[in-house]
Amino acid sequence: MDTRQFIRLSEYEWEIPASGSMRVPAIIFASEDLIADMDQKVFEQATNVAALPGIVKAAYAMPDAHWGYGFPIGGVAAFDPQQDGVVSAGGVGFDISCGVRTLHTGLRRDDIERVKEQLANRLFQKVPAGLGSTGRIRLGSREMDRMLAGGAQWAVKQGYGRREDLERIEERGCMAGAVPDDVSEHAKRRQRDEMGTLGSGNHYLEVQQVREVFDADIATAFDLQAGDIVLSIHCGSRGLGHQIGTEFLKKMVVSAGQYGIQLPDRELACAPIDSPLGKTYLGAMRAAINCALANRQIITQLAREAFADVVPEADLTLLYDVSHNTCKVEEHVIDGKPRRLFVHRKGATRAFGPGHPDLPDAFADVGQPVLIGGSMGTASYILAGTTAAEALSFSSACHGAGRAMSRRAAKKKWQGRGLVDELAARGILIRSPSMRGVAEEAPGAYKDVTAVVDATHRAGLAKKVVSLEPLACVKG
Amino acid sequence: MTQNGEHPAIDAGYWEHFHHEADIGVRGVGRTPAEAFEQTALALTAVITEPERVIPVKKIPVACAAPDLELLLADWLNVLIYEMATRSMLFSRFDVRLEAGGLTAVISGEEIDRARHQPAVEIKGATYTELYVGQAPDGAWRAQCVVDV
Repeated sequence: MDTRQFIRLSEYEWEIPASGSMRVPAIIFASEDLIADMDQKVFEQATNVAALPGIVKAAYAMPDAHWGYGFPIGGVAAFDPQQDGVVSAGGVGFDISCGVRTLHTGLRRDDIERVKEQLANRLFQKVPAGLGSTGRIRLGSREMDRMLAGGAQWAVKQGYGRREDLERIEERGCMAGAVPDDVSEHAKRRQRDEMGTLGSGNHYLEVQQVREVFDADIATAFDLQAGDIVLSIHCGSRGLGHQIGTEFLKKMVVSAGQYGIQLPDRELACAPIDSPLGKTYLGAMRAAINCALANRQIITQLAREAFADVVPEADLTLLYDVSHNTCKVEEHVIDGKPRRLFVHRKGATRAFGPGHPDLPDAFADVGQPVLIGGSMGTASYILAGTTAAEALSFSSACHGAGRAMSRRAAKKKWQGRGLVDELAARGILIRSPSMRGVAEEAPGAYKDVTAVVDATHRAGLAKKVVSLEPLACVKG
Repeated sequence: MTQNGEHPAIDAGYWEHFHHEADIGVRGVGRTPAEAFEQTALALTAVITEPERVIPVKKIPVACAAPDLELLLADWLNVLIYEMATRSMLFSRFDVRLEAGGLTAVISGEEIDRARHQPAVEIKGATYTELYVGQAPDGAWRAQCVVDV
């Protein structure tokens, strides 16, 4: 994008002043290089979001922003129900509550070097990945509803994981306000065989080593040190979330006129928060958040079993679990007054700073872990929420690298088998059911996550704590 | 027939993918809207695997309805995504009949064989981004949108 379109508020903050139908400005956080590389569509989409009813303060885009659907991916926007604010199915996206969870393993690099291959194979056997894979759990309709109401808390009750895991999950593992009856039979049917599955695309399960420590105090509070082995899981609400997104997008497009909403882009489909359609969407979307939390909890248990088979001394404990496609009700201070807002984050991570009342005690002094996934074969990062992000971005940070190249171009440029061999030579084991899928997810098809994380850090949205280096990756 | 009463310039329908930064665009071109819809469905399958690898052994009737042709295209693709997900199938033959306010179709395919089909990616949904159905001056119908993968 041409940076002359913006007012540069600070080195990492670029404003598009409100004009035309925009109700508030749009603000993009990025370095000059990142913003220059962003697609002009990010500008258009951010300004369109700024035109939605009831939007508060500004439409924000994170340093990894790219062209999405309606909202840019990396978009954050808060709406006030007292000011005819809306909830948008497009603003949450199809993969509701897609997110990352990272677990300590209690192991060091030396503990797994000899068994790395065996561990990669066992994880690949245990955790269903890729299109056409099915989980071993089949939920009947009553149990499905219990899962949708209970999230990870339900999963723990079923024997997937430990009670103490819940303390380290946003919402303590259960999103309040979920209404299983608001979820269609189609959505539930689509989920029937998909509990405990990883999915495909950019979803993965990765064994990683803590490579570099940037902030020793916070790393200590997170119980991380260089050479530690951790496990990260990136996936979402599977078919159930996708179907809910699909169905409500259409309902909101068709009924926008009835609510007097002019949509600058159909993908911004939304409904007033307090309307029957808005409320039904919130009930279903929160159920999908629970589905994602339950799914990551089940996969955690499968991973624990795989580790136990190969390295019995491993003890997988949860560092944290974050979601990056959500709409959540949060209190934020606007002009000195607390307001209850519906904060949409689409491809953006909530990043509460020190002292936030929703954080587990362990993070009260340092802020929450903000888990940023890289692409296959590249670094991932753990950051910490800051107090400053509350005023900057409704406590939000980036979520990942973002693609630099289309899937089609990647498929033409790389061969899956060649990539797997090349990464293996660098000590990174890839396990995937599809070599074409591996080619399309080639590390070179993604932007440099380091530049995104550096911009996030320098903009004050979150603090860099450690980087993680991949050792073995199960790709869907 | 074109709006001028001439035959469309294309001899047969075809499909293609188009660029989207994070995902992928599917486009079908045909002599009629129904053929364009069929070709878009082939483009959808091609996101996952090579359509010629999918043997059309099992036929399934489907139907959908929407207030306009563009929303109908998104619905049509979403029906296919649902059928693929819940039946664990891939499809390579599509016989579409457009009717007032909707469509009926018979879709043919087979169960996913992960070794043979090497499915690259699962499609989450058809989006309204770059959603378009229309007729070009040469008479060819074009149907397209971006799909989320």
